[in-house]
Amino acid sequence: MATRGFTGRRTPDDHAARTPPGQALTTDFPVLSAGPTPKIALADWSFTLKVGPRPVARWSWEEFSALPRTSYVRDIHCVTTWSKLDTAWEGVLVDDVLAAAGLAPPTGFTLAHGFDDYTTNVPTADLVGGKAMIATAYDGAPLEPDHGGPARLLVPHLYFWKSAKWLSGLQFTERDEAGFWELRGYHMYGDPWREQRYDDDA
Amino acid sequence: MSLPDAAKVSGWRSAAIVEAAPLTPRVKRIVLGLDPPLRFRAGQHVDLRLTAPDGYQARRSYSIASAPETPDRLELAIEKLEDGEVSPFFHEVAEVGDAIDLRGPIGGHFVWSVEDGGPLLLIGAGSGVAPLMSMVRHRAARRDRTPTALLLGARTAADAPYREELLALAAADASLGIIFLLSRQTPQGPFDRAGRVDAQSVRAATEGWPGPARHVFVCGSNPFVNAAAEAALAGGAASASIRTERYGG
Repeated sequence: MATRGFTGRRTPDDHAARTPPGQALTTDFPVLSAGPTPKIALADWSFTLKVGPRPVARWSWEEFSALPRTSYVRDIHCVTTWSKLDTAWEGVLVDDVLAAAGLAPPTGFTLAHGFDDYTTNVPTADLVGGKAMIATAYDGAPLEPDHGGPARLLVPHLYFWKSAKWLSGLQFTERDEAGFWELRGYHMYGDPWREQRYDDDA
Repeated sequence: MSLPDAAKVSGWRSAAIVEAAPLTPRVKRIVLGLDPPLRFRAGQHVDLRLTAPDGYQARRSYSIASAPETPDRLELAIEKLEDGEVSPFFHEVAEVGDAIDLRGPIGGHFVWSVEDGGPLLLIGAGSGVAPLMSMVRHRAARRDRTPTALLLGARTAADAPYREELLALAAADASLGIIFLLSRQTPQGPFDRAGRVDAQSVRAATEGWPGPARHVFVCGSNPFVNAAAEAALAGGAASASIRTERYGG
């Protein structure tokens, strides 16, 4: 039923097809995180791949910077209902990280870890095939700490809480392990086009 | 880890506005009547959804300002954003009796119950005071005496939501300390200081505590939250004790 007196502000038609249900476009880049912004010196930064509890590969910042780089322009969608079109990123595809480690995708699920102890789960199939990267630059400049720098996960086709900030590693898991927000009522998968916001959404 | 039942998110339900009145020139208090009641924890939020005659919908998240002990009256503090789509509706159009779609409660991180203990440091500004208000009201409803300090940033005393209620609560409870930090007005009373949230005001608010805050909750705009989280760290709080809720975009 309509809300009395509400008319709303429509998304322009040329952008409507790119805006998932329940989302509104923004030109800002809002910052959302659960705690203080950690300050991570590049000398202290490292990125680790784990299979279960076992570390299988590790890169320093210098080593990571030597991996093949990819540029992306993608639309991003935050569960707090903002979407931002045509965001420009640069980083290393998860495919290229796996290749550098000499690994095929080891398990069906992945848990992303942040330096702030944040975690979030993504099916491994959603990270490979060019679908996701570890981003180190946004809009042509090094990624700012507020937005997850030095490096964040970027999985643009899922709600943005899946794109873990301050990424410290990826852990391949046998089971689909819930991460930080998933343990706190948010959806295990998080497809914005199906409005999978909370854990009882289909 | 398991979730309390209260963290389960409901489907959409309709609620009537039973009260609507300004809290400050920029923040409006909206109270929704809920039958059946909505169980939640202090600090959680709800999603509201507005529907236009052609079916277009807009939804926004708002923190709950009322205590879990009054689950049939959900109070929200809605700040007017000049270029907003939903907040101007609540400021200019919404009236008592209007039906609003609601879903919640949402969020299992920015939450506090008396069972979580303290000392408790709460820092907020603008409508960011709402979830902190829920915690303070919850604490009062339970007659809890957890050492608690509330640091509220505002331009002037008249811009600080819930000022009178908070002053009355603090007057009746020696374990609750309140400081209003006024950025554009000289102090109006013994609970006011000039300036913004910084390490010094954090130390002043937590003076006499046996140790650093066990739980720190910071809520407001992103620049405010960044500055306040830095102030809490510089004032002695541990990074892992700080939980933030940011209003952006």
